[in-house]
Amino acid sequence: MASADTNRSWYKRNEIAVTPWLFLLPAMIFFAVYVIIPIGQSFWISFHEWDGLGEKTWVGTANYERLLGWGDQNMDRKFQVSFWNNLKWLVLYLLAIPAGLFIALFLNQTVTGIRFYKSMFFFPFVISQVVVGLVFSWFYLPREGLLNAILGVFGAGPVNILGDPTLATYGIIAAGLWPQTAYCMILYLTGLNAVDPEQVEAARLDGAKGHKMLWYVILPQLKPATFIAFVVTIIGALRSFDLISVMTNGGPFGSTRVLSFYMFEESLSEFGFRMGFGAAIAVVLFFIMLGFITYFLYAMYREEKGAH
Amino acid sequence: MFPTPIAKTSRTWQISYQILVPLVMLIWLLPLLAVANFSVKPEADFVNGNYWGIPSSFDAISNYGKVFFESNMPRYLFNSLLITIPTVIGAVALSCMAGFALGVYKFKGNLLIFFIFIAGNFVPFQILMVPVRDLTVSMNLYDTKTGLVLFHIAFQTGFCTLFMRNFIRALPFPLIEAARVEGIAEWRIFLYVVLPLMKPALAALAVLIFTFIWNDYFWAVVLTQGPDAQPVTAGITEFNSQFRAAYHLMSAGSIVAALPPVIMFFLMQKHFIAGLTLGAVK
Repeated sequence: MASADTNRSWYKRNEIAVTPWLFLLPAMIFFAVYVIIPIGQSFWISFHEWDGLGEKTWVGTANYERLLGWGDQNMDRKFQVSFWNNLKWLVLYLLAIPAGLFIALFLNQTVTGIRFYKSMFFFPFVISQVVVGLVFSWFYLPREGLLNAILGVFGAGPVNILGDPTLATYGIIAAGLWPQTAYCMILYLTGLNAVDPEQVEAARLDGAKGHKMLWYVILPQLKPATFIAFVVTIIGALRSFDLISVMTNGGPFGSTRVLSFYMFEESLSEFGFRMGFGAAIAVVLFFIMLGFITYFLYAMYREEKGAH
Repeated sequence: MFPTPIAKTSRTWQISYQILVPLVMLIWLLPLLAVANFSVKPEADFVNGNYWGIPSSFDAISNYGKVFFESNMPRYLFNSLLITIPTVIGAVALSCMAGFALGVYKFKGNLLIFFIFIAGNFVPFQILMVPVRDLTVSMNLYDTKTGLVLFHIAFQTGFCTLFMRNFIRALPFPLIEAARVEGIAEWRIFLYVVLPLMKPALAALAVLIFTFIWNDYFWAVVLTQGPDAQPVTAGITEFNSQFRAAYHLMSAGSIVAALPPVIMFFLMQKHFIAGLTLGAVK
């Protein structure tokens, strides 16, 4: 009885100090087990040769040497293709930001039914990427697809976008831009809603309009929206996997692979489980991402400090 | 307001705007409209080369009927539901508590823990893939819904905690202080003071996580195989190989697979957008 009493009083005395940890504990355990520790494990596995079942064999940096072509080896060709495709994704995916802004400006009006139109423009984002991939691969079909039907009207010959190694990646990125633009649009619509009308009126009286108004008055006020659009677009570009898997499965001739897809293919494909090599690809991807993550966190940290 | 309100512009531009908006919308949704059109066509249209014209007969009932009664689709849909709903509950519950701890209390390491949650959220999935798959196999949870749910809860907790913490930060702190002065236990403050104020955040997060998890494909193929546990995003591949080149059925299947989050979005639009655009305005 007495010990229960002292227990309770100890808790009572330290309630403010102990409570946050009790509340944090479940989330921290889950996050540590499934996210934080696996990052370290991937690094460890990347120095091994491992089929996922048997013993791991320590191979040092051999996986990285093969991948990056250190020493007397050539850079892994598939890695090279994947890396360049990742860059294409990164650069072209950013087009979603201006495109989203453009549509947001177009729709930022108060006419009847505009809410409905805004929802319809947004809703590609809600559809799963798998379905977006299917929808676009049918849209691109050389015979049955609507795209070639439209091109035919203008007299342009049928193109088999996903069958052409030089075009396939661009075709997939275009499919990815569709929901991503919708996402950026909704961010900007929310941002435009909060633009200070007095500043706009004042600028108007000073004779500012059109693109000058947009550049000097509106865009600075949209900065928070632009930041989020940038973060989600970069992350989205580097995470691209679903669309590639559904639309081309890496082909034709491996021309649409990106690092995330190549990693999956090496680790879990029918060609056998090469977990160590896969982990090494993941680590490289992680380091590419780390540059961006550090920048995002730094920007958020500054914000956090500024708030107090 | 920017751009200039349409009411203040010339009559011609007003009229052309009213025509332009629905027109641009149709172009924007063209790929989807084409698939919707596919899904109500009879098979004969594809044989005769009538791919994108008006369906020669309206066969929605027979096409969608095949999806529901002659394939594994209902099973996959049910799996998706059994994966998505527990994940939503789990992730929201964990992050409510973590958000409360990080938003209300000042203690050493608060900001560090908060930033670990944010950082984990940005990490590429692939670096987690091999260890998480290994862990799931060793817990005998490979190819089970539970295995998928546990991972999803853990990963989504990062984003949800960021969301909840910032939301709780914006609540009026004197309310909590007043409760403390009254001598109310901390966990009661969480339950009876903070939680009721978090309803909008709970709704917003729930619809967002529902959509994210329903649409997940990567983890579904990494952690499950076959119709016992796979959600609909992964199951659609099997469905499509069952009806290879039968575009009218594959289209109907995709539309069915995509529908639940779409319905969710239209029902809870306000919350959905509030959640998605958190932080887009200062």
